[in-house]
Amino acid sequence: MAGHLSYEEGKKVVVKGLILLGIVTIAEVLVALIGKGYIIPGFHMPVWLMYLFMISMSLYKAYFIVYEFMHMKYEMPGMVKSVLVPTVLLIWALIAFFTEGKSWKEWRAHTKDVAVNISNIPVSKHAEHKEMAPVKHVEEAIHVEAAEAIDSTKLNHTEEHKVEVEKH
Amino acid sequence: MADHAAHTHDSHDHAGLWDGAKEPFKASYGKLMMWYFLLSDAFTFAGFLIAYGTLRFSSPSWPVPDFVFSSLPGDIHHKPLIFVTIMTFVLIASSVTMVRAVQEGHRYNKKGVVFWMFLTILGGLAFLGCQAWEWTTLIGKEHMTIHNNPFGSHIENGVYLEGDGHDIKAGDSFVAGSSYMVHKHDGEWAPLKYKTESGDIKEQQLGPKAFGALFFFITGFHGFHVFSGVVFLLIIMINAWSGIYAKRANKYEMVEKIGLYWHFVDLVWVFVFLVFYLL
Repeated sequence: MAGHLSYEEGKKVVVKGLILLGIVTIAEVLVALIGKGYIIPGFHMPVWLMYLFMISMSLYKAYFIVYEFMHMKYEMPGMVKSVLVPTVLLIWALIAFFTEGKSWKEWRAHTKDVAVNISNIPVSKHAEHKEMAPVKHVEEAIHVEAAEAIDSTKLNHTEEHKVEVEKH
Repeated sequence: MADHAAHTHDSHDHAGLWDGAKEPFKASYGKLMMWYFLLSDAFTFAGFLIAYGTLRFSSPSWPVPDFVFSSLPGDIHHKPLIFVTIMTFVLIASSVTMVRAVQEGHRYNKKGVVFWMFLTILGGLAFLGCQAWEWTTLIGKEHMTIHNNPFGSHIENGVYLEGDGHDIKAGDSFVAGSSYMVHKHDGEWAPLKYKTESGDIKEQQLGPKAFGALFFFITGFHGFHVFSGVVFLLIIMINAWSGIYAKRANKYEMVEKIGLYWHFVDLVWVFVFLVFYLL
């Protein structure tokens, strides 16, 4: 199936691929460095623009590798579809999991708020409401522990607040 | 021969859709199955990279790649992304030499196939060498493991109260979002004390733990693919040299199949490079 290109044409594609992939990679790294102010001091690019550029350039590299180097361009349409169409499912995976990730972040923020509220209760108040306070305190502490169990990556700042809670 | 041709022609005319002997995709079984294997492998890698993205989204701060990956061999530091760019070139170059090997195979040029496959293997080994150096630096010098990640980011402005003897001196100020690396002294973490704008005295915290595990697992899984690829390339190069593929008279299809795998390894690197080093 790969006989659609003559030997000489094939050699040209190889040289083209080497130069093209090299240039695109350099462009990506340059955007990463310029955008964050490494090369021109004080100059920054908007993050969304950098990300858009890098992601589209990477997708272009992927397209070039699959279509030229892996000869997908010269395969039968049915075969091309049978390989490429299933990858569309990944779009759903991206949306679903990144939404999930954001939700975890909100949980963490919630956990932090509860922990801060407890640590902010003045010591004198504890003393005044000695009969009431312990019950409330335990309830909230249980809540914090439960939320921390959800916190799968165990960020250090939650541990810091845990220490603060224990102090009081 | 004429009889044989007439016979096959005849049977094709009368063969039903499900009687076999037809290749709707005009690709051999082996090549087709290599494609489907690569598709499934793409899903595996996608799963890992999406897991990375999910944990990153879930975290209030995340290590900045151009701070984490900024060392070069020869004790050179603060050269962000240069080393991984070199690694990427090595892999692209080995992909290109692989294309040449497949082309020489189509012309039944045995010497050409062996020569270009040999260069491809060298490229693969060079990439693995680079990765070994990268891992050694991260584990041995910077103390990143699957359990610990020394790369953190400040969440507020402040001033350091002590120096680490490397880049940070007492009195240096920093802003929210700036990166730092916690050093180890005598096997113990030595986080620096700093004063925040509101006057609190705090200590540097280690970065999100998941970063180390994700980095070593995903680049390790890719590196293992490169390693397996080098082993298969070696076997197939020796086979090509022995003349076995020339006898099969199928345009060195085995070289084409390992070529697909090798390009896929390069393809995955495009995304590993994007996710870990660029974004």
